[in-house]
Amino acid sequence: MGDAGESAARRLSADELARNFADIHVPLDRERSLIEASRCYFCYDAPCQQACPTSIDIPGFIRKISTDNVKGAAVTILNENIMGGACARVCPVEVLCEQACVRESQEARPIQIGALQRYATDWLFERKLQPFTRAPSTGKRVAVVGAGPAGLACAHRLAMRGHDVTVYEARPKAGGLNEYGIAAYKVPDDFAQAEVAFILGIGGIKIEFGKALGRDISLSNLRRDFDAVFLGMGLAGVNALALEGEDMPGVMDAVGYIERLRQTADKGVLEIGRRVVVIGGGNTAIDIAVQAKRLGAEDVTIVYRRGPDHMGATWHEQELAQTNGVTIKHWARPLRIVAHQDRLKEVEFEYTQLDEQGRLMSTGDRFSLLADMLFKAIGQSFVPSPLGNGAAEPLELANGRIQVNADRKTSLANVWAGGDCVPGEDLTVSAIQDGKLAAESIDRNLRSA
Amino acid sequence: MADLRTTFASIKSPNPFWLASAPPSDKAYNVVRAFKAGWGGVVWKTLGEDGPPIVNTASRYGALEVGGQRMVGFTNIELITDRPLQVNLDEIKQVKRDWPDRALIVSLMVPCEEESWKRILKRVEETNADGVELNFGCPHGMSERGMGAAVGQVPEYVEMVTRWCKQLTRMPVLVKLTPNVTNILGSARAAKRGGADGVSLINTVNSIIGVDLDSMAPYPVVGGKGTHGGYCGPAVKPIALHMISEIGRDPECAGLPISGIGGIATWRDAAEFHALGAGTVQVCTAAMHYGFKIIDDMVDGLSNWLDARGHDRLDAIVGRALPNVTDWQHLDLNYKIVARIDQDACIKCGLCHIACEDTSHQSIAALKANGERRYEVIDQECVGCNLCMYACPVTGCISMVEVPTGRKPLTWLEHPNNPLRQAAE
Ligand SMILES: Cc1cc2nc3c(=O)[nH]c(=O)nc-3n(C[C@H](O)[C@H](O)[C@H](O)COP(=O)(O)OP(=O)(O)OC[C@H]3O[C@@H](n4cnc5c(N)ncnc54)[C@H](O)[C@@H]3O)c2cc1C
Ligand SMILES: Cc1cc2nc3c(=O)[nH]c(=O)nc-3n(C[C@H](O)[C@H](O)[C@H](O)COP(=O)(O)O)c2cc1C
Ligand code: SF4
Ligand code: SF4
Ligand code: SF4
Repeated sequence: MGDAGESAARRLSADELARNFADIHVPLDRERSLIEASRCYFCYDAPCQQACPTSIDIPGFIRKISTDNVKGAAVTILNENIMGGACARVCPVEVLCEQACVRESQEARPIQIGALQRYATDWLFERKLQPFTRAPSTGKRVAVVGAGPAGLACAHRLAMRGHDVTVYEARPKAGGLNEYGIAAYKVPDDFAQAEVAFILGIGGIKIEFGKALGRDISLSNLRRDFDAVFLGMGLAGVNALALEGEDMPGVMDAVGYIERLRQTADKGVLEIGRRVVVIGGGNTAIDIAVQAKRLGAEDVTIVYRRGPDHMGATWHEQELAQTNGVTIKHWARPLRIVAHQDRLKEVEFEYTQLDEQGRLMSTGDRFSLLADMLFKAIGQSFVPSPLGNGAAEPLELANGRIQVNADRKTSLANVWAGGDCVPGEDLTVSAIQDGKLAAESIDRNLRSA
Repeated sequence: MADLRTTFASIKSPNPFWLASAPPSDKAYNVVRAFKAGWGGVVWKTLGEDGPPIVNTASRYGALEVGGQRMVGFTNIELITDRPLQVNLDEIKQVKRDWPDRALIVSLMVPCEEESWKRILKRVEETNADGVELNFGCPHGMSERGMGAAVGQVPEYVEMVTRWCKQLTRMPVLVKLTPNVTNILGSARAAKRGGADGVSLINTVNSIIGVDLDSMAPYPVVGGKGTHGGYCGPAVKPIALHMISEIGRDPECAGLPISGIGGIATWRDAAEFHALGAGTVQVCTAAMHYGFKIIDDMVDGLSNWLDARGHDRLDAIVGRALPNVTDWQHLDLNYKIVARIDQDACIKCGLCHIACEDTSHQSIAALKANGERRYEVIDQECVGCNLCMYACPVTGCISMVEVPTGRKPLTWLEHPNNPLRQAAE
């Protein structure tokens, strides 16, 4: 048996793979939705709504579900959040609306807001209804960079307000991380593309694929040629471990691997190790670990340098990893990547603890994990080079991302930005809110000009 | 265990829970199952004259669902029994023989002629049933034929038929009253004058329970059409409680035994009927919803509650709330309560606030304390209406507490704003 044979996990059958990457949530049918909706108290100035970054009128849409006004419910959701369908699937509701739900404090069993939101939006999508129409044309043109949640939410709201939008997208498909990054079992059945089609269905939005800012187009030209510009380009960089051997075969960047996983027609062709180690503590670490397991990896261990409460991943996500058979080791950080014949063989870690000032320090103890694959999932970073800063009017950054005000307006006249490329939570729902707020601000601006 | 045995209009039963005259008491099969389950008595499904059997429609029932709770209200367009008279009588006789300790009352509805009543009463007597209940209440179908509510709505008829029956039989005669009248005392007093040994109420309320928005017909839809039906179930309990209390308070009806009916589903419901003067209670919808087994908790719960209150028999509470039922003009206008929120129990839903803000007295402030939602009653503004307490989804979270005013009780009769006030002595 050769090396590759030993380090590669057993190939799963097409059936096994299909099962492992099928929808992780069973959608609620009408009966279950009605039962769940009847539990909602229709709170006033509802805490769940306050906790939703896009401020969806949650009591309002749940009441509509309970009266079988499902179309009304869907429109209530989409009015505030055009990607209400994606959010119903990917939002960490356990730290957003459902955490705030009064039923959570009352009986530790919140209303399943996400599931109800999915019921309503699916209902509308299945019927191919298009509830939105465009206002009379304003003749104004807006450029949007990036067809991710931020860019698309912005484009949709602008189109609704009567402006014409051109979206420049570097990749061949729209959707941003909904298409390339979110765990496959959260958005199966090509949901991201169906949602993009729904959003574009309003009309007035043109997407130019394969057009990257900084390569094919420049910010200064966009500012010259359009009435306004929105930047929603996400995070292009990944953080490095800063260890020797980081580039050797077997050491990979989690986001890049997930992108391949999401795009491949046959998951069976993806190589996956028998022993997989993941370094990181956020969404991405959980996602890569669970997906590695579901691709057939035997042992998957997440190693995180602090405790469970410090992890960026919610308790729900940690639980998901654990029920998928992933081991999470806390309080350890990588020291050394050990190779054998130029290939990853093991990773050496040191245990960590907090010192009196709360700083992370080594305990002096070490351990090693055998690994034939090591995933880096320690965060992404904004890459400012495409902005062409250094030009006469640079765009101000804040903490390495594009600085914006409450209206998501940047330091440059007629440039707005939102989503992961601006400071704040890196969540789909926050990106959508940014896009929506920016569009409203652009609209006000263009109308008063 | 408190003693639940009752003697009602000289009819004995081991507990006060009877099945009302309706499908649950339609035939021996059901009644025997009910007795096995522990029911104290039954009022057999209403019998009519001998002759061609009654015909019923398919699609007979309709129901009101509220917030996921099924059958909060129930309606039917059924007529009296559709089984041959002799079959019913034979079964009644057999059941009474097999279950001598249970109350077995036979409900009757025949045309408003003395001869008809005479004929049927004689045949019922032969079954050794414990008594008869005159069904003057059925609001649909039979009333179009001059029976049921058509009689019950005219006090003179009630009195006349009751008097006939009292003269024609040695059996105790109960009169079942319809709630479809403006004042229940008209028919109750008439029954008393006619010599009734007791009254049972309420029968069902005239209603259209809903409209099928697809076929554009009222429920229950019978081949594209519908008709008004008889409403019952938990939703009618308040109507029934009011009516029995009116009879219980009426000097003319003093001493008239009352069998309470309408929306009774639990021992608590029953206890409330007893407190307002019911000697026995009858149940239909709850049994139709859950089966006969509900009797278990009814019996058990009622005795445990009596025990907890230190009573060894049911009689001890019958009518106990009646002295406290009065007219509005006798209520103390100086009595003051305000809402109190238990902040630890509060789940911050805001429902108390919006209820009071939009529709009552703007007396609950929506505050933010250290970033947390907080709701506080503004005592000076609160009129003590109770609305917030009922809107609050957390049991016991809002309570109404008495605020001593130091003022003497003052009723409307003596109130300075009353132009007709009686000068205080
Ligand atoms: C692995 C992973 C899993 C995640 N899981 C979740 C989850 O379960 N739930 C959740 O809420 N959030 C999740 N997130 C975060 C979420 O996906 C992002 O917050 C969200 O997608 C941000 O939207 P965006 O539009 O700002 O950026 P993106 O989605 O990154 O979209 C940016 C778009 O801009 C394009 N682009 C980039 N540079 C250029 C350029 N120079 N010119 C033109 N186009 C460009 C990109 O191709 C892309 O289409 C996850 C993130 C990752 C990485
Ligand atoms: C389907 C149905 C049929 C009924 N039939 C009769 C009847 O034949 N005679 C009668 O006196 N009352 C009849 N009733 C009325 C019940 O006896 C009872 O008075 C009424 O339902 C209120 O009690 P509840 O709320 O417990 O159901 C009927 C009720 C229902 C639901
Ligand atoms: S907090 Fe919970 S109960 Fe209240 S409106 Fe929101 S979902 Fe409904
Ligand atoms: S009792 Fe009535 S007036 Fe007082 S706070 Fe509650 S709702 Fe408002
Ligand atoms: S209704 Fe009850 S639980 Fe809700 S905010 Fe008011 S006191 Fe709190």
